[in-house]
Amino acid sequence: MTPDSNEERKKIEEQEYQQLVEQVRPRPNILLNCIWAFIIGGLICTLGQLILDYFRAQGMSMEDAGAMTAVSMIFLGALLTGLGWYDELGKKAGAGSIIPITGFANAIVASAMEYKREGYIFGVGARIFSIAGPTLLFGFVAAVIIGLVKYLTMLW
Amino acid sequence: MSLLWAFIVGGLLCVIGQLFIDLTKYTVTPGHILVGYITIGAFLSALGLYQPLVDFAGAGATIPLSGFGHNLAQGTLEAVQTKGVLGIFSGGVEAAAAGITAAIVFGYLAAILFNPK
Amino acid sequence: MLSGKKRGLQSIEFLQAPIISSSASVAGPLESKSSWAEDFDWIMEDYLLGESSWERTETKVLQQVIQIALDKQQLSFEDIEVFLAGDLLDQIISSNYTARELKTPFLGLYGACSTMAEAILIGAMLVEGGFFTRLVAAAGSHHYTAERQFRFPTEQGVQPAPYSQWTATAAGALVLEAQGNGPRVSSITIGRIVDMNQKDANNLGAAMAPAAADTIHRHFLDLNRDSDYYDLVVTGDLGLVGQDLLEELFVQQGVVPKPNISDCGVLLYDGIPEVNAGGSGCGCSACMLCGPLLKKMYRGDLQRLLFVATGALMSPTSTNQGESIPGIAHAVAIEI
Repeated sequence: MTPDSNEERKKIEEQEYQQLVEQVRPRPNILLNCIWAFIIGGLICTLGQLILDYFRAQGMSMEDAGAMTAVSMIFLGALLTGLGWYDELGKKAGAGSIIPITGFANAIVASAMEYKREGYIFGVGARIFSIAGPTLLFGFVAAVIIGLVKYLTMLW
Repeated sequence: MSLLWAFIVGGLLCVIGQLFIDLTKYTVTPGHILVGYITIGAFLSALGLYQPLVDFAGAGATIPLSGFGHNLAQGTLEAVQTKGVLGIFSGGVEAAAAGITAAIVFGYLAAILFNPK
Repeated sequence: MLSGKKRGLQSIEFLQAPIISSSASVAGPLESKSSWAEDFDWIMEDYLLGESSWERTETKVLQQVIQIALDKQQLSFEDIEVFLAGDLLDQIISSNYTARELKTPFLGLYGACSTMAEAILIGAMLVEGGFFTRLVAAAGSHHYTAERQFRFPTEQGVQPAPYSQWTATAAGALVLEAQGNGPRVSSITIGRIVDMNQKDANNLGAAMAPAAADTIHRHFLDLNRDSDYYDLVVTGDLGLVGQDLLEELFVQQGVVPKPNISDCGVLLYDGIPEVNAGGSGCGCSACMLCGPLLKKMYRGDLQRLLFVATGALMSPTSTNQGESIPGIAHAVAIEI
């Protein structure tokens, strides 16, 4: 038997096995997951709206009130993570607790906390960016691309 | 009324993310979701498609991380208009400065105060 | 020159089968909710046990389980000639630190969830070969050390996949001796890597099932045994998904009659709803074997057991780089 046909046979075997795995693999309950994501995600945003309305009522401008809301929500996300509640929420809510800015705070705090035992500089300091880093990186890159395009269209 | 729309729109934005996780065999992790939302939010905002959602749903559109991207994009666009080339680099971070600093400082504080359970 | 003990391609049949003179198991807080709770020698009251990190707790548990196994035979660390152990952490630190306390000659092993079988089969060869008369084989794992190394920080809110396996907080240890009373390690089959190009690190059962099927099939062929020779063939840890796949693979490979199979990862979490598809981790199969299963053998409820521990030998780096998961399985036959 030539090596070629051996390799091909292995590939066919692998594909057949993959089909078998797909048959056996339990499916997530997408509907239930989505309902939980909707409810928890929605509630977190509603809380954000309440905070936003409060700062607006204090006479803040829309921008300032928005920024204060973000700061408040991040504080809450960080606190709940520290208390060990946010991960319990995440098991049920899935994306509903990841996508709001509280989820961003959760990811940051969770990795910082986890590596505290490796010291404050390279444990907490470096790992705090394991989620924040990529998010900020791609956010900044997107912003610069947008700014550049805007600048070029202004020159036109 | 604004609360209801915040709930519905915020919830729907989360459902989209949930579908990404469930339909991609969990290869999409929270990190991917966060990066995806901030980037897509920024580009939608630059195309003028995100502002209407913010006007309509308030925190329902700004609290999801796509709203963070929206902030970056709008900050950059305004700064380019007033400062030119400098604005390309400074606008985004200036608009998002409070959120970024809060996330990192509160993250640091929480890590000091609490231990994983 | 062929040795008189090798059988077929990958197996060895011992002429003077080493004895498992003692064994002990420790289970974590979640694992203690299983129906086996009475068969564990010690149940951890929490995940930290007063230590300053989960890694230290993992080491402490491994030491404890060895201590308990030795105590049952009134042995002390000095009576042990060699210590064989492994765990899931980078550079198997939990085993290294345990060996530091034992002060005995030490061989550290890495076989992921297959470590316990690897330790027993090497230990059995060392004893039967006449090199040593008494040694300890052990393995352990801790849910939170593994989570942080292979998955996410513990406090991050992440929804687990419905087919993901739960890394057990558990450990098991046993004493192998040339002479004594207890079940015998009668034969072994050293597994080979089988990689069916599975890349989903959430679905380890699927990555390991082909290796388990390969080793079990090979064991029957090498030793010329019927596939219903054993009262129980127990894999560890394929979980629910892997177990289903193994049954399918037996059909495909024509392993008849169908052996009576079960899985440590499924058994340990029977009736614990928090866990989706069963357990994993070195400690899972080690604790099930050294606790409930061997106790059944000591009691005589189980006569012939084939323990097939399976390992998914990926690393966080290989997973991130998109490489497929190499699976392995080692078989250890234990008979009364």
